[in-house]
Amino acid sequence: MSQAKDVLLDPLFNKNPIGLQILGICSALAVTSKLETVVVMSLAVIFVICGSNASVSLIRSQIPSNIRIIVQITIIATLVIIVDQFLKAYAFGISKQLSVFVGLIITNCIVLGRAEGFAMKNPVGLSFLDGLGNGLGYSIVLLLVAFFRELLGAGKLLGYTILPSTSEGGWYLPNGLMLLPPSAFFIIGLLIWLLRTWKTDQIEKEN
Amino acid sequence: MEHYLSLLVKSIFVENMALAFFLGMCTFLAVSKKVDTAIGLGIAVTVVQTITVPINNLVFQHLLKPDALAWLGVTGTDLTFIGLICYIGLIAAMVQVLEMVLDRFVPALYNSLGIFLPLITVNCAILGGSLFMVERDYNFAESVVFGFGSGLGWALALVALAGIREKMKYADVPPGLRGLGITFMITGLMAMAFMAFSGIQL
Repeated sequence: MSQAKDVLLDPLFNKNPIGLQILGICSALAVTSKLETVVVMSLAVIFVICGSNASVSLIRSQIPSNIRIIVQITIIATLVIIVDQFLKAYAFGISKQLSVFVGLIITNCIVLGRAEGFAMKNPVGLSFLDGLGNGLGYSIVLLLVAFFRELLGAGKLLGYTILPSTSEGGWYLPNGLMLLPPSAFFIIGLLIWLLRTWKTDQIEKEN
Repeated sequence: MEHYLSLLVKSIFVENMALAFFLGMCTFLAVSKKVDTAIGLGIAVTVVQTITVPINNLVFQHLLKPDALAWLGVTGTDLTFIGLICYIGLIAAMVQVLEMVLDRFVPALYNSLGIFLPLITVNCAILGGSLFMVERDYNFAESVVFGFGSGLGWALALVALAGIREKMKYADVPPGLRGLGITFMITGLMAMAFMAFSGIQL
């Protein structure tokens, strides 16, 4: 039981996929200018990573090792297509905003990394939890980034006005930089700094 | 002609894959410690991108898009939903072929690229290039230009970051920011610099 708990909770802060392992930064940062898209993106990634971890683990002893990457990619791509079609059918507006980034979940290194690194060696239940944990660890970072970007950049959260902006007669002068791509880098950099000040063992050695 | 030139400049600078769309970030941050390896990887990505985007364009135009199978006498088909799996399969196959060709004919380059070559398959800049090509509905010639430009832009950003990181050795970075943290900051500053290109019309 304690192992299951570790597998689920470790990726949240101790081994955060973005903060420590530099995984999955690729397809995600461009969607963080709004909280709404991030919620959808996070749910999509959690679904894909849980599904792929569970399915890869289920057939792990049947997969010949020299073609395992192709098999994993095919499983992941299938799951991503399901998500993509689902979003197009039920949330077309958001699917348009996410544009190519739903498709790019395929090449999100977290998904393939967990399939290869964990699901190939562990039973179905644990692999599912590991997928859930890593998906959540990824979502936490994305949600934090999007929270600051939308709040400081537009004075809104999920489309509701929190800080009334000057153009609408309020007092808050929106920081336009926050809506532009570079701000995501700064916020993640600061988050990593914060995380490593708290968990000092994650600090990289001087080389 | 002007149209293609403008597309080229746009894909290299204005819509830089790495700094404007955050694509290929994992490799971008992991392989930018030395200029030499960065140049090797940059060349490999440019080559793969220049090949895969046009080929995926052909697949999209002649097999997947609505009514694309008309040349077979079949109408009313729409296979766009299996696009993702086709593109990634094609990319994986192309990388594999390129690996074998390089191994056979240019062993020096093959050895210097080493592990990076197979890793290009999971580089989101490559798949992203193909997906942008589909979304913007480029024709074949445009896709060749776009593939080359976006690959080159990514390579340029990678080499520039590697150059900066080599100089970072002399800087006194706070412990918590060391390594990954400060790299994010640098990339952010570079992205801001690249934004100066936005709005340029040729």
